[in-house]
Amino acid sequence: MKQSYFDSMKNREKVLKAVNFILLCFGSLLFLSPLWWMISTSLKTMKEVMSFPPTFFPKEWNWDNYIKTWEAAPFDLYTINTVTITILVVVGQVLVNSFVAYGFAKIPFKGREVLFAIVLSTMMIPGFVTLIPQYVLFANLGWLNTYYPLVVPAFFGSAFNIFLLRQFYMTVPNEMIEAARMEGASHFYIWRKIGIPLTKPALATVAIFSFNGAWNDFLGPLLYVNDENLYTLQLGLQVFKGEMSTQWNYLMAGSLIVLLPVILLFFFFQKYFIKGINLQSGGK
Amino acid sequence: MKRKKFNYKRQEGLVGYVFILPWIIGFLLFTAGPLLFSLVASFTNYNITSQMDFVGFRNYEKLLFDDQLFWTSLWNTLYYVAFSVPLTTIGAIFLSVLLNQDVPGLRFFRTIYYLPAVLSGVGVYLLWMQLLDPSTGLVNLVLGWFGIDGPNWLFDPEWTKPSLILMKLWGVGGGMLLYMASLQGVSKSLYEAAQIDGASKWQQFRYITLPMITPVIFFDVVTSLIGGFQIFQEAYVMSNGTGGPVNSLLFYNYYMWNKAFKVFDMGYAMAMSWILFIIVFILTMINLKLAPRWVHYEGEAKR
Repeated sequence: MKQSYFDSMKNREKVLKAVNFILLCFGSLLFLSPLWWMISTSLKTMKEVMSFPPTFFPKEWNWDNYIKTWEAAPFDLYTINTVTITILVVVGQVLVNSFVAYGFAKIPFKGREVLFAIVLSTMMIPGFVTLIPQYVLFANLGWLNTYYPLVVPAFFGSAFNIFLLRQFYMTVPNEMIEAARMEGASHFYIWRKIGIPLTKPALATVAIFSFNGAWNDFLGPLLYVNDENLYTLQLGLQVFKGEMSTQWNYLMAGSLIVLLPVILLFFFFQKYFIKGINLQSGGK
Repeated sequence: MKRKKFNYKRQEGLVGYVFILPWIIGFLLFTAGPLLFSLVASFTNYNITSQMDFVGFRNYEKLLFDDQLFWTSLWNTLYYVAFSVPLTTIGAIFLSVLLNQDVPGLRFFRTIYYLPAVLSGVGVYLLWMQLLDPSTGLVNLVLGWFGIDGPNWLFDPEWTKPSLILMKLWGVGGGMLLYMASLQGVSKSLYEAAQIDGASKWQQFRYITLPMITPVIFFDVVTSLIGGFQIFQEAYVMSNGTGGPVNSLLFYNYYMWNKAFKVFDMGYAMAMSWILFIIVFILTMINLKLAPRWVHYEGEAKR
Protein backbone atom coordinates (compact mmCIF):
# COMPACT_ATOMS: atom_id res chain seq x y z
CA MET A 1 0.00 0.00 0.00
CA LYS A 2 2.61 2.46 1.19
CA GLN A 3 4.97 1.28 -1.56
CA SER A 4 2.44 2.00 -4.29
CA TYR A 5 1.76 5.45 -2.83
CA PHE A 6 5.42 6.34 -3.21
CA ASP A 7 5.48 4.79 -6.68
CA SER A 8 2.63 7.00 -7.82
CA MET A 9 4.36 10.02 -6.29
CA LYS A 10 7.49 9.12 -8.25
CA ASN A 11 5.52 8.74 -11.47
CA ARG A 12 3.81 12.05 -10.91
CA GLU A 13 7.20 13.64 -10.40
CA LYS A 14 8.43 12.10 -13.66
CA VAL A 15 5.43 13.37 -15.61
CA LEU A 16 5.85 16.85 -14.17
CA LYS A 17 9.53 16.84 -15.13
CA ALA A 18 8.70 15.78 -18.68
CA VAL A 19 6.04 18.50 -19.00
CA ASN A 20 8.53 21.01 -17.63
CA PHE A 21 11.16 19.95 -20.18
CA ILE A 22 8.70 20.10 -23.09
CA LEU A 23 7.58 23.58 -22.01
CA LEU A 24 11.19 24.73 -21.93
CA CYS A 25 11.89 23.29 -25.40
CA PHE A 26 8.79 24.93 -26.79
CA GLY A 27 9.74 28.20 -25.12
CA SER A 28 13.25 28.17 -26.53
CA LEU A 29 11.84 27.71 -30.04
CA LEU A 30 9.64 30.72 -29.37
CA PHE A 31 12.59 32.79 -28.13
CA LEU A 32 14.93 31.75 -30.94
CA SER A 33 12.45 32.12 -33.80
CA PRO A 34 12.81 35.94 -34.10
CA LEU A 35 16.57 35.53 -34.57
CA TRP A 36 16.09 32.76 -37.09
CA TRP A 37 13.54 34.94 -38.89
CA MET A 38 16.06 37.76 -39.07
CA ILE A 39 18.70 35.48 -40.66
CA SER A 40 16.19 33.84 -42.96
CA THR A 41 14.69 37.14 -44.17
CA SER A 42 18.15 38.63 -44.70
CA LEU A 43 18.95 35.86 -47.20
CA LYS A 44 15.73 35.99 -49.22
CA THR A 45 15.08 37.83 -52.47
CA MET A 46 12.59 40.70 -52.15
CA LYS A 47 10.16 38.65 -54.23
CA GLU A 48 10.28 35.83 -51.69
CA VAL A 49 9.90 38.23 -48.76
CA MET A 50 6.69 39.56 -50.31
CA SER A 51 5.29 36.13 -51.28
CA PHE A 52 2.24 34.91 -49.39
CA PRO A 53 2.23 32.96 -47.18
CA PRO A 54 5.75 33.86 -45.97
CA THR A 55 8.34 31.06 -46.14
CA PHE A 56 10.13 29.86 -43.03
CA PHE A 57 13.29 28.79 -44.90
CA PRO A 58 14.72 30.82 -47.78
CA LYS A 59 14.45 29.03 -51.14
CA GLU A 60 17.96 30.12 -52.05
CA TRP A 61 20.53 31.64 -49.75
CA ASN A 62 21.51 35.04 -51.19
CA TRP A 63 24.62 35.78 -49.18
CA ASP A 64 25.41 38.70 -51.46
CA ASN A 65 22.52 40.56 -49.76
CA TYR A 66 25.08 41.31 -47.06
CA ILE A 67 27.57 42.75 -49.55
CA LYS A 68 24.84 44.85 -51.14
CA THR A 69 23.72 46.10 -47.75
CA TRP A 70 27.25 46.97 -46.66
CA GLU A 71 27.74 48.93 -49.88
CA ALA A 72 24.32 50.63 -49.86
CA ALA A 73 25.28 52.85 -46.91
CA PRO A 74 28.64 53.90 -45.41
CA PHE A 75 28.57 51.11 -42.82
CA ASP A 76 32.38 51.05 -42.68
CA LEU A 77 32.42 54.69 -41.56
CA TYR A 78 29.63 54.05 -39.04
CA THR A 79 31.59 51.11 -37.66
CA ILE A 80 34.80 53.11 -37.20
CA ASN A 81 32.85 55.89 -35.46
CA THR A 82 31.00 53.49 -33.17
CA VAL A 83 34.18 51.58 -32.29
CA THR A 84 35.95 54.85 -31.43
CA ILE A 85 33.19 55.98 -29.08
CA THR A 86 32.79 52.53 -27.56
CA ILE A 87 36.50 52.09 -26.76
CA LEU A 88 36.69 55.50 -25.08
CA VAL A 89 33.54 54.87 -23.04
CA VAL A 90 34.70 51.43 -21.90
CA VAL A 91 38.14 52.71 -20.87
CA GLY A 92 36.58 55.60 -18.95
CA GLN A 93 33.96 53.49 -17.21
CA VAL A 94 36.37 50.74 -16.15
CA LEU A 95 39.18 53.00 -14.89
CA VAL A 96 37.19 55.72 -13.19
CA ASN A 97 34.51 53.59 -11.57
CA SER A 98 37.11 51.16 -10.25
CA PHE A 99 39.02 54.09 -8.74
CA VAL A 100 35.94 55.67 -7.17
CA ALA A 101 34.61 52.35 -5.91
CA TYR A 102 37.93 51.63 -4.18
CA GLY A 103 37.61 54.98 -2.41
CA PHE A 104 34.09 54.21 -1.22
CA ALA A 105 34.94 50.66 -0.14
CA LYS A 106 38.42 50.82 1.33
CA ILE A 107 39.33 54.34 2.51
CA PRO A 108 37.59 55.65 5.61
CA PHE A 109 36.72 59.35 5.36
CA LYS A 110 34.20 61.73 6.82
CA GLY A 111 30.77 61.69 5.15
CA ARG A 112 31.45 58.50 3.22
CA GLU A 113 28.12 56.86 4.06
CA VAL A 114 26.11 59.96 3.19
CA LEU A 115 27.92 60.41 -0.11
CA PHE A 116 27.43 56.77 -1.00
CA ALA A 117 23.72 57.09 -0.22
CA ILE A 118 23.66 59.97 -2.71
CA VAL A 119 25.34 57.73 -5.31
CA LEU A 120 22.56 55.17 -4.82
CA SER A 121 19.75 57.73 -4.88
CA THR A 122 20.92 59.15 -8.22
CA MET A 123 20.00 55.79 -9.74
CA MET A 124 16.35 56.62 -9.01
CA ILE A 125 16.36 59.87 -11.04
CA PRO A 126 14.64 59.42 -14.41
CA GLY A 127 17.25 60.19 -17.07
CA PHE A 128 14.98 62.62 -18.91
CA VAL A 129 14.98 65.09 -16.01
CA THR A 130 18.67 65.73 -16.54
CA LEU A 131 18.68 65.17 -20.30
CA ILE A 132 17.42 68.63 -21.31
CA PRO A 133 19.63 70.68 -18.95
CA GLN A 134 22.63 68.51 -19.93
CA TYR A 135 21.90 69.36 -23.55
CA VAL A 136 21.88 73.05 -22.62
CA LEU A 137 25.22 72.59 -20.83
CA PHE A 138 26.87 70.83 -23.77
CA ALA A 139 25.40 73.34 -26.22
CA ASN A 140 26.93 76.18 -24.20
CA LEU A 141 30.29 74.42 -24.16
CA GLY A 142 30.10 74.26 -27.96
CA TRP A 143 30.01 70.46 -27.86
CA LEU A 144 27.06 69.92 -30.20
CA ASN A 145 27.97 67.82 -33.21
CA THR A 146 31.01 66.33 -31.45
CA TYR A 147 31.54 63.08 -29.53
CA TYR A 148 32.33 64.90 -26.26
CA PRO A 149 28.76 64.62 -24.85
CA LEU A 150 28.84 60.87 -25.54
CA VAL A 151 32.31 60.20 -24.15
CA VAL A 152 33.24 62.73 -21.46
CA PRO A 153 30.53 61.75 -18.91
CA ALA A 154 31.96 58.21 -18.93
CA PHE A 155 35.09 59.59 -17.23
CA PHE A 156 33.13 60.94 -14.26
CA GLY A 157 31.71 57.75 -12.87
CA SER A 158 28.32 56.08 -13.17
CA ALA A 159 26.26 55.26 -10.10
CA PHE A 160 25.40 51.72 -11.13
CA ASN A 161 28.98 50.73 -11.90
CA ILE A 162 30.34 52.35 -8.75
CA PHE A 163 27.77 50.41 -6.77
CA LEU A 164 28.58 47.14 -8.54
CA LEU A 165 32.35 47.46 -8.08
CA ARG A 166 32.01 48.58 -4.47
CA GLN A 167 30.00 45.43 -3.76
CA PHE A 168 32.92 43.47 -5.17
CA TYR A 169 35.58 45.42 -3.24
CA MET A 170 33.69 44.74 -0.01
CA THR A 171 34.63 41.06 -0.41
CA VAL A 172 38.36 41.95 -0.41
CA PRO A 173 39.59 41.55 3.19
CA ASN A 174 40.54 44.81 4.91
CA GLU A 175 43.55 43.08 6.50
CA MET A 176 45.09 42.80 3.06
CA ILE A 177 44.84 46.54 2.47
CA GLU A 178 46.04 47.34 5.99
CA ALA A 179 49.06 45.07 5.65
CA ALA A 180 50.07 46.88 2.49
CA ARG A 181 49.53 50.23 4.22
CA MET A 182 51.87 49.10 7.03
CA GLU A 183 54.50 48.38 4.41
CA GLY A 184 54.19 52.02 3.39
CA ALA A 185 52.23 51.54 0.17
CA SER A 186 49.97 54.40 -0.88
CA HIS A 187 46.29 53.81 -1.61
CA PHE A 188 46.94 54.65 -5.24
CA TYR A 189 49.61 51.95 -5.39
CA ILE A 190 47.36 49.44 -3.61
CA TRP A 191 44.50 50.19 -5.99
CA ARG A 192 46.77 49.57 -8.98
CA LYS A 193 48.66 46.55 -7.71
CA ILE A 194 46.07 44.79 -5.53
CA GLY A 195 42.68 46.34 -6.21
CA ILE A 196 42.58 46.03 -9.99
CA PRO A 197 43.96 42.46 -10.21
CA LEU A 198 41.59 41.22 -7.49
CA THR A 199 38.50 42.77 -9.06
CA LYS A 200 39.21 41.67 -12.62
CA PRO A 201 36.02 39.60 -13.00
CA ALA A 202 33.88 42.54 -11.88
CA LEU A 203 35.83 44.89 -14.15
CA ALA A 204 35.12 42.54 -17.05
CA THR A 205 31.43 42.77 -16.19
CA VAL A 206 31.58 46.56 -16.15
CA ALA A 207 33.50 46.56 -19.44
CA ILE A 208 30.93 44.35 -21.11
CA PHE A 209 27.92 46.29 -19.87
CA SER A 210 29.59 49.55 -20.90
CA PHE A 211 30.41 48.12 -24.30
CA ASN A 212 26.77 47.13 -24.73
CA GLY A 213 25.54 50.50 -23.56
CA ALA A 214 27.81 52.50 -25.86
CA TRP A 215 27.33 50.22 -28.86
CA ASN A 216 23.53 50.31 -28.57
CA ASP A 217 23.24 53.98 -27.63
CA PHE A 218 20.75 55.61 -29.95
CA LEU A 219 19.43 58.51 -27.88
CA GLY A 220 22.82 60.19 -27.36
CA PRO A 221 23.91 60.25 -31.02
CA LEU A 222 20.36 61.18 -32.11
CA LEU A 223 20.47 64.21 -29.85
CA TYR A 224 24.06 65.38 -30.26
CA VAL A 225 25.25 64.33 -33.72
CA ASN A 226 23.99 65.94 -36.94
CA ASP A 227 26.95 65.61 -39.30
CA GLU A 228 26.55 62.45 -41.39
CA ASN A 229 30.29 61.83 -41.16
CA LEU A 230 29.90 61.39 -37.41
CA TYR A 231 26.95 58.98 -37.55
CA THR A 232 27.15 55.82 -35.46
CA LEU A 233 25.82 52.39 -36.45
CA GLN A 234 22.56 52.96 -34.55
CA LEU A 235 21.90 56.29 -36.25
CA GLY A 236 23.09 54.96 -39.60
CA LEU A 237 20.76 51.97 -39.33
CA GLN A 238 17.82 54.23 -38.61
CA VAL A 239 18.63 56.39 -41.65
CA PHE A 240 19.09 53.20 -43.69
CA LYS A 241 15.57 52.20 -42.65
CA GLY A 242 14.28 55.48 -44.06
CA GLU A 243 16.00 54.80 -47.38
CA MET A 244 15.08 51.14 -47.68
CA SER A 245 11.47 51.58 -46.53
CA THR A 246 10.22 47.95 -46.60
CA GLN A 247 13.10 46.14 -48.32
CA TRP A 248 13.17 43.77 -45.40
CA ASN A 249 15.94 41.52 -46.71
CA TYR A 250 18.47 44.37 -46.70
CA LEU A 251 17.08 45.83 -43.48
CA MET A 252 17.44 42.50 -41.68
CA ALA A 253 20.97 42.08 -43.05
CA GLY A 254 21.83 45.55 -41.73
CA SER A 255 20.26 44.81 -38.34
CA LEU A 256 22.18 41.57 -38.04
CA ILE A 257 25.47 43.28 -38.93
CA VAL A 258 24.88 45.80 -36.14
CA LEU A 259 23.77 43.18 -33.60
CA LEU A 260 26.47 40.61 -34.42
CA PRO A 261 29.28 42.02 -32.22
CA VAL A 262 26.94 41.96 -29.20
CA ILE A 263 25.80 38.41 -29.98
CA LEU A 264 29.43 37.23 -30.29
CA LEU A 265 30.40 39.03 -27.11
CA PHE A 266 27.52 37.33 -25.34
CA PHE A 267 28.56 33.85 -26.41
CA PHE A 268 32.22 34.37 -25.46
CA PHE A 269 31.71 36.17 -22.16
CA GLN A 270 28.35 34.92 -20.98
CA LYS A 271 29.56 34.31 -17.44
CA TYR A 272 30.40 38.00 -16.98
CA PHE A 273 26.94 39.00 -18.14
CA ILE A 274 25.47 36.62 -15.58
CA LYS A 275 27.82 37.85 -12.86
CA GLY A 276 26.62 41.41 -13.44
CA ILE A 277 23.03 40.36 -12.90
CA ASN A 278 23.90 38.41 -9.78
CA LEU A 279 25.84 41.29 -8.24
CA GLN A 280 22.84 43.46 -8.98
CA SER A 281 20.49 41.16 -7.11
CA GLY A 282 22.94 40.73 -4.23
CA GLY A 283 22.81 44.41 -3.44
CA LYS A 284 19.16 45.21 -3.12
CA MET B 1 52.88 61.36 19.23
CA LYS B 2 49.17 61.97 19.50
CA ARG B 3 49.43 64.81 17.04
CA LYS B 4 51.14 62.62 14.47
CA LYS B 5 48.37 60.05 14.60
CA PHE B 6 45.80 62.77 14.09
CA ASN B 7 47.61 63.97 10.99
CA TYR B 8 47.79 60.49 9.61
CA LYS B 9 44.03 60.05 9.96
CA ARG B 10 43.41 63.40 8.41
CA GLN B 11 45.56 62.57 5.44
CA GLU B 12 43.78 59.26 4.98
CA GLY B 13 40.53 61.24 4.77
CA LEU B 14 41.91 63.54 2.10
CA VAL B 15 43.05 60.61 -0.01
CA GLY B 16 39.50 59.27 0.18
CA TYR B 17 38.14 62.47 -1.31
CA VAL B 18 40.74 62.34 -4.07
CA PHE B 19 39.53 58.87 -4.99
CA ILE B 20 35.87 59.84 -5.22
CA LEU B 21 36.64 63.23 -6.81
CA PRO B 22 35.69 62.15 -10.36
CA TRP B 23 32.26 61.14 -9.12
CA ILE B 24 31.82 64.36 -7.12
CA ILE B 25 32.65 66.49 -10.17
CA GLY B 26 30.41 64.36 -12.38
CA PHE B 27 27.59 64.55 -9.84
CA LEU B 28 27.78 68.35 -9.60
CA LEU B 29 28.20 68.87 -13.35
CA PHE B 30 25.89 66.25 -14.83
CA THR B 31 23.29 65.61 -12.11
CA ALA B 32 22.95 68.21 -9.34
CA GLY B 33 23.63 71.27 -11.50
CA PRO B 34 21.26 70.16 -14.27
CA LEU B 35 18.55 69.29 -11.70
CA LEU B 36 18.77 72.75 -10.19
CA PHE B 37 18.83 74.48 -13.56
CA SER B 38 15.89 72.44 -14.77
CA LEU B 39 13.85 73.23 -11.66
CA VAL B 40 14.40 76.97 -12.10
CA ALA B 41 13.95 76.89 -15.88
CA SER B 42 10.64 75.03 -15.54
CA PHE B 43 9.17 78.31 -14.24
CA THR B 44 10.38 80.25 -17.29
CA ASN B 45 9.73 80.42 -21.03
CA TYR B 46 13.32 79.32 -21.74
CA ASN B 47 13.97 78.44 -25.38
CA ILE B 48 17.79 77.96 -25.31
CA THR B 49 18.53 80.88 -27.68
CA SER B 50 16.88 84.18 -26.77
CA GLN B 51 14.52 84.19 -23.82
CA MET B 52 14.33 83.12 -20.19
CA ASP B 53 11.61 85.11 -18.50
CA PHE B 54 10.01 84.05 -15.26
CA VAL B 55 6.41 82.97 -15.92
CA GLY B 56 5.39 81.56 -12.54
CA PHE B 57 3.35 78.38 -12.65
CA ARG B 58 2.13 79.01 -16.19
CA ASN B 59 3.92 75.97 -17.71
CA TYR B 60 2.47 73.66 -15.07
CA GLU B 61 -1.01 75.14 -15.38
CA LYS B 62 -0.97 74.82 -19.15
CA LEU B 63 0.21 71.21 -18.96
CA LEU B 64 -2.41 70.11 -16.46
CA PHE B 65 -5.42 72.09 -17.68
CA ASP B 66 -4.84 73.06 -21.28
CA ASP B 67 -2.85 70.40 -23.11
CA GLN B 68 -4.72 67.39 -24.46
CA LEU B 69 -1.51 65.79 -25.80
CA PHE B 70 0.01 65.85 -22.32
CA TRP B 71 -2.83 63.68 -21.06
CA THR B 72 -2.66 61.44 -24.14
CA SER B 73 1.05 60.86 -23.57
CA LEU B 74 0.53 60.21 -19.86
CA TRP B 75 -2.28 57.77 -20.61
CA ASN B 76 -0.13 55.92 -23.20
CA THR B 77 2.69 55.64 -20.71
CA LEU B 78 0.47 54.41 -17.87
CA TYR B 79 -1.05 51.83 -20.21
CA TYR B 80 2.41 50.58 -21.18
CA VAL B 81 3.66 50.43 -17.59
CA ALA B 82 0.47 48.82 -16.27
CA PHE B 83 0.83 45.89 -18.67
CA SER B 84 4.56 45.57 -19.27
CA VAL B 85 5.67 45.58 -15.61
CA PRO B 86 3.38 42.79 -14.32
CA LEU B 87 3.74 40.72 -17.49
CA THR B 88 7.54 40.81 -17.53
CA THR B 89 7.67 40.09 -13.80
CA ILE B 90 5.35 37.10 -14.05
CA GLY B 91 7.11 35.86 -17.20
CA ALA B 92 10.53 36.10 -15.57
CA ILE B 93 9.38 34.25 -12.43
CA PHE B 94 7.67 31.57 -14.53
CA LEU B 95 10.79 30.88 -16.60
CA SER B 96 13.10 30.90 -13.59
CA VAL B 97 10.90 28.37 -11.77
CA LEU B 98 10.85 26.10 -14.83
CA LEU B 99 14.64 26.29 -14.99
CA ASN B 100 15.05 25.62 -11.29
CA GLN B 101 13.78 22.00 -11.47
CA ASP B 102 17.16 20.45 -12.30
CA VAL B 103 16.35 19.99 -15.95
CA PRO B 104 18.82 18.52 -18.42
CA GLY B 105 20.51 21.18 -20.59
CA LEU B 106 20.06 23.96 -18.04
CA ARG B 107 22.96 26.04 -19.39
CA PHE B 108 21.68 25.70 -22.94
CA PHE B 109 18.19 26.91 -22.01
CA ARG B 110 19.55 29.70 -19.87
CA THR B 111 21.67 30.97 -22.78
CA ILE B 112 18.73 30.94 -25.18
CA TYR B 113 16.34 32.73 -22.85
CA TYR B 114 18.91 35.30 -21.81
CA LEU B 115 20.30 36.14 -25.27
CA PRO B 116 17.41 38.39 -26.42
CA ALA B 117 17.72 40.40 -23.19
CA VAL B 118 21.23 41.61 -24.08
CA LEU B 119 20.15 42.71 -27.55
CA SER B 120 18.82 46.22 -27.86
CA GLY B 121 18.85 49.27 -30.06
CA VAL B 122 17.68 49.98 -33.58
CA GLY B 123 18.56 46.49 -34.88
CA VAL B 124 16.05 44.93 -32.50
CA TYR B 125 13.37 47.51 -33.29
CA LEU B 126 13.72 46.89 -37.03
CA LEU B 127 13.55 43.14 -36.43
CA TRP B 128 10.26 43.53 -34.55
CA MET B 129 8.86 45.85 -37.20
CA GLN B 130 9.40 43.00 -39.63
CA LEU B 131 8.14 40.27 -37.26
CA LEU B 132 4.95 42.29 -36.70
CA ASP B 133 4.46 43.24 -40.35
CA PRO B 134 0.82 42.29 -41.02
CA SER B 135 1.42 40.52 -44.36
CA THR B 136 5.09 39.43 -44.44
CA GLY B 137 5.85 39.04 -40.70
CA LEU B 138 6.44 35.91 -38.65
CA VAL B 139 3.96 36.66 -35.87
CA ASN B 140 0.87 36.71 -38.06
CA LEU B 141 2.22 33.71 -40.02
CA VAL B 142 2.35 31.66 -36.81
CA LEU B 143 -1.03 32.97 -35.62
CA GLY B 144 -2.38 31.90 -39.02
CA TRP B 145 -1.28 28.29 -38.36
CA PHE B 146 -3.73 28.31 -35.45
CA GLY B 147 -6.46 29.86 -37.56
CA ILE B 148 -6.09 33.26 -35.94
CA ASP B 149 -6.31 36.30 -38.17
CA GLY B 150 -3.58 38.50 -36.66
CA PRO B 151 -4.11 42.23 -36.10
CA ASN B 152 -2.35 45.03 -37.98
CA TRP B 153 -0.02 45.55 -35.00
CA LEU B 154 1.99 48.77 -35.52
CA PHE B 155 -0.57 50.14 -37.97
CA ASP B 156 -3.60 49.78 -35.71
CA PRO B 157 -3.83 52.28 -32.82
CA GLU B 158 -5.42 49.59 -30.64
CA TRP B 159 -2.42 47.28 -31.13
CA THR B 160 0.61 49.57 -31.20
CA LYS B 161 1.22 49.46 -27.47
CA PRO B 162 0.66 45.69 -27.21
CA SER B 163 3.26 45.42 -30.01
CA LEU B 164 5.87 47.12 -27.85
CA ILE B 165 4.86 45.06 -24.81
CA LEU B 166 5.32 41.89 -26.85
CA MET B 167 8.80 43.03 -27.85
CA LYS B 168 9.58 43.84 -24.23
CA LEU B 169 8.54 40.31 -23.22
CA TRP B 170 11.15 38.87 -25.56
CA GLY B 171 13.77 40.45 -23.28
CA VAL B 172 12.40 38.86 -20.13
CA GLY B 173 15.63 36.84 -19.66
CA GLY B 174 17.38 39.54 -17.63
CA GLY B 175 14.74 39.37 -14.92
CA MET B 176 14.75 35.58 -15.20
CA LEU B 177 18.44 35.50 -14.22
CA LEU B 178 17.74 37.71 -11.21
CA TYR B 179 15.10 35.25 -9.99
CA MET B 180 17.26 32.21 -10.76
CA ALA B 181 20.01 33.57 -8.52
CA SER B 182 17.51 34.13 -5.75
CA LEU B 183 15.86 30.69 -6.15
CA GLN B 184 19.23 29.01 -5.72
CA GLY B 185 19.35 30.54 -2.26
CA VAL B 186 16.15 28.79 -1.16
CA SER B 187 17.10 25.85 1.04
CA LYS B 188 16.28 22.40 -0.40
CA SER B 189 15.31 21.16 3.08
CA LEU B 190 12.25 23.43 3.05
CA TYR B 191 10.91 21.63 -0.01
CA GLU B 192 11.75 18.21 1.42
CA ALA B 193 9.86 19.01 4.60
CA ALA B 194 6.89 20.23 2.60
CA GLN B 195 6.90 17.08 0.48
CA ILE B 196 6.77 14.90 3.56
CA ASP B 197 3.76 16.91 4.70
CA GLY B 198 2.16 16.16 1.32
CA ALA B 199 2.24 19.68 -0.10
CA SER B 200 1.50 19.87 -3.82
CA LYS B 201 3.88 21.52 -6.27
CA TRP B 202 1.60 24.55 -6.43
CA GLN B 203 1.45 24.82 -2.63
CA GLN B 204 5.23 24.56 -2.47
CA PHE B 205 5.51 27.40 -4.95
CA ARG B 206 2.86 29.51 -3.24
CA TYR B 207 4.03 29.09 0.34
CA ILE B 208 7.80 28.51 0.03
CA THR B 209 9.19 29.79 -3.27
CA LEU B 210 7.12 32.93 -3.65
CA PRO B 211 7.70 34.38 -0.16
CA MET B 212 11.43 33.64 -0.43
CA ILE B 213 11.84 35.61 -3.65
CA THR B 214 9.67 38.60 -2.66
CA PRO B 215 12.74 40.83 -2.03
CA VAL B 216 13.82 40.29 -5.65
CA ILE B 217 10.27 40.84 -6.91
CA PHE B 218 10.26 44.13 -5.03
CA PHE B 219 13.61 45.19 -6.53
CA ASP B 220 12.47 44.11 -10.01
CA VAL B 221 9.12 45.94 -9.81
CA VAL B 222 10.66 49.17 -8.51
CA THR B 223 13.38 49.30 -11.17
CA SER B 224 11.17 48.25 -14.07
CA LEU B 225 8.56 50.79 -13.03
CA ILE B 226 11.14 53.58 -13.19
CA GLY B 227 12.42 52.19 -16.51
CA GLY B 228 8.94 51.70 -17.95
CA PHE B 229 7.96 55.33 -17.45
CA GLN B 230 10.95 56.35 -19.56
CA ILE B 231 10.05 54.45 -22.71
CA PHE B 232 11.04 56.50 -25.75
CA GLN B 233 13.52 55.03 -28.25
CA GLU B 234 11.47 52.05 -29.41
CA ALA B 235 8.41 54.24 -29.97
CA TYR B 236 10.46 56.83 -31.83
CA VAL B 237 12.06 54.31 -34.20
CA MET B 238 9.08 52.00 -34.65
CA SER B 239 6.68 54.84 -35.48
CA ASN B 240 9.25 56.30 -37.92
CA GLY B 241 9.31 59.47 -35.84
CA THR B 242 5.56 60.08 -36.11
CA GLY B 243 4.32 59.04 -32.68
CA GLY B 244 2.31 56.20 -34.22
CA PRO B 245 -1.23 56.15 -35.64
CA VAL B 246 -3.50 58.61 -33.75
CA ASN B 247 -0.58 59.41 -31.41
CA SER B 248 -0.96 55.95 -29.89
CA LEU B 249 2.82 55.67 -29.38
CA LEU B 250 3.30 59.22 -28.19
CA PHE B 251 4.67 58.33 -24.76
CA TYR B 252 5.42 60.86 -22.06
CA ASN B 253 9.11 61.20 -22.85
CA TYR B 254 8.39 61.24 -26.57
CA TYR B 255 6.12 64.26 -26.17
CA MET B 256 8.70 65.90 -23.92
CA TRP B 257 11.36 65.23 -26.58
CA ASN B 258 9.22 66.94 -29.22
CA LYS B 259 8.64 69.94 -26.98
CA ALA B 260 12.31 70.26 -26.04
CA PHE B 261 14.15 69.45 -29.26
CA LYS B 262 11.64 70.03 -32.05
CA VAL B 263 9.97 73.30 -31.05
CA PHE B 264 12.59 74.19 -28.38
CA ASP B 265 9.93 75.02 -25.80
CA MET B 266 12.43 73.98 -23.15
CA GLY B 267 10.90 75.59 -20.08
CA TYR B 268 7.68 73.74 -20.84
CA ALA B 269 9.51 70.44 -21.43
CA MET B 270 11.42 70.77 -18.17
CA ALA B 271 8.16 71.39 -16.30
CA MET B 272 6.96 68.14 -17.90
CA SER B 273 10.06 66.31 -16.71
CA TRP B 274 9.43 67.44 -13.13
CA ILE B 275 5.84 66.21 -13.22
CA LEU B 276 7.14 62.82 -14.34
CA PHE B 277 9.79 62.89 -11.62
CA ILE B 278 7.09 63.53 -9.02
CA ILE B 279 4.87 60.74 -10.38
CA VAL B 280 7.73 58.23 -10.35
CA PHE B 281 8.84 59.39 -6.90
CA ILE B 282 5.34 58.99 -5.42
CA LEU B 283 4.95 55.53 -6.96
CA THR B 284 8.34 54.47 -5.60
CA MET B 285 7.39 55.77 -2.15
CA ILE B 286 4.09 53.85 -2.27
CA ASN B 287 6.07 50.74 -3.18
CA LEU B 288 8.44 51.28 -0.26
CA LYS B 289 5.51 51.85 2.12
CA LEU B 290 3.65 48.75 0.95
CA ALA B 291 6.78 46.59 0.96
CA PRO B 292 6.66 45.50 4.64
CA ARG B 293 3.18 44.01 4.02
CA TRP B 294 4.32 41.54 1.41
CA VAL B 295 8.11 41.48 1.16
CA HIS B 296 9.50 38.71 3.29
CA TYR B 297 13.03 39.13 4.61
CA GLU B 298 14.41 35.94 6.01
CA GLY B 299 15.55 36.52 9.62
CA GLU B 300 19.30 36.74 9.94
CA ALA B 301 19.98 33.91 7.51
CA LYS B 302 21.26 36.18 4.77
CA ARG B 303 22.45 39.69 4.12
